[in-house]
Amino acid sequence: MAQTLTPEKCSALIIGGSAGSLDVLLQIFPDLKKEINFPIILVTHRKSGNDSLLTDLLQSRTGLDVQEAEEKEPMLKGNVYIAPADYHLLIEEDKTISLDYSEKVNYSRPSIDVTFQSAAEVFKDELVCMLLSGSNADGVEGLKSVNNSGGFVVVQNPNTAIMPYMPQQAIDHVKPNVILDSFNMAEFINKLIR
Amino acid sequence: MISEVIDNEQIETLLSDVLEVHGYDFLEYSHASIKRRITRLYTLDNFVSFAEFRYTIKSDKQYFKRFLEEITVNVTEMFRDPTFYKSLRNDVLPVLGTYPFIRIWVAGCSTGEEAYSLAILLKELNLLQKSLIYATDINPSVLDKAKKGMFPLNYLKGYSENYVNSGGVKDFSSYYTANYSLAKFDESLSSKMIFSTHNLVSDHSFNEFQLILCRNVLIYFDKELQHKVFQLFDNSLEKLGYLALGSKESLDFWTKAKEYKRVKTEKIWRKL
Repeated sequence: MAQTLTPEKCSALIIGGSAGSLDVLLQIFPDLKKEINFPIILVTHRKSGNDSLLTDLLQSRTGLDVQEAEEKEPMLKGNVYIAPADYHLLIEEDKTISLDYSEKVNYSRPSIDVTFQSAAEVFKDELVCMLLSGSNADGVEGLKSVNNSGGFVVVQNPNTAIMPYMPQQAIDHVKPNVILDSFNMAEFINKLIR
Repeated sequence: MISEVIDNEQIETLLSDVLEVHGYDFLEYSHASIKRRITRLYTLDNFVSFAEFRYTIKSDKQYFKRFLEEITVNVTEMFRDPTFYKSLRNDVLPVLGTYPFIRIWVAGCSTGEEAYSLAILLKELNLLQKSLIYATDINPSVLDKAKKGMFPLNYLKGYSENYVNSGGVKDFSSYYTANYSLAKFDESLSSKMIFSTHNLVSDHSFNEFQLILCRNVLIYFDKELQHKVFQLFDNSLEKLGYLALGSKESLDFWTKAKEYKRVKTEKIWRKL
């Protein structure tokens, strides 16, 4: 593998995924270093009602603090915030989390686009966004905003994604800074530590 | 770097106009959300410039109606969060049933789905006759819809599932008649509802209630405004009355939170 590019500064990492992304997350989380000094936000499509399941599953595999995001909560370094089922997650200028129960976007709530776009406005060129496996096009518009505001775009290699559609859409419509296989993602994230 | 469609300063300008010209105060709404709603409307309605958008909002009353409807979130459903309604049915309403008269306020009722859900619960507990549901919203046009009690038929399957999951045992379809693409809910349910505009930001307490429902409204407010609204609810709630919030909202960081006791694990608090 060629030398992986990393951004100069990362103030927040947002990971979006849909069908097939859980496997990737379960692969990434055990290898994340405890020294991670930025917040990580997860936006994944899933059914409402079993929120704590994903939180517990990921928490059992990492030393980082994993929690479901609460509204108006400040984002702390080294913490993982999961967008609650059935709410969009937005980021305020003061880097707190806002939740929003407005219309679904791309048939999804939470929508990855909504969080990527909102974070792009706040973190600008200090934002890293990753789009994983999935079977709809949510996330693509958001990645365009991330690109435009100077953020860093990472897309899962569609060839090794369980559902290649979502990452493929991103590659077709946005210029990712890097395309990664799932087994290289933890290493990439650890390299964001400054 | 491409600039944003509407920047933060322009949002402030718009919201100040809206307050000055129309008397609606959105300045303490949570910024990210309101900005997204405004940007969305600007794009949706194909405005060519911010100046034109601003002018239309200021001077066109008809368009302002649309603005108001579109920047406030009016997404709601019947029996949303079934476990919440189960708790209302089993823990809260039976207590209120011991009172001679029950006054309930649904604050931010939008198109009325919660008020009708509540009326169904009251009816099943034989309490509807002695209840009054005050359903209020900032937005007059959603109240017109709420009064009609007609909801899109294609949502009813989901509502019916929610109803069953909340502990409902009746045939849900007995509460409405299908009329083309709409389900019209029984008028006995709305006979105990009073609809009125009320702005949580600027209007005062107007009665004393034993139960206030305000779910998924406060998430759109900043912390300070949330606390002002909690004070308004406190002023409007009888001793031992209940306050119900949305599944991601909480009374916890409010100064008077100690004067309230949480009911089990749901977002329901009882005033001590």
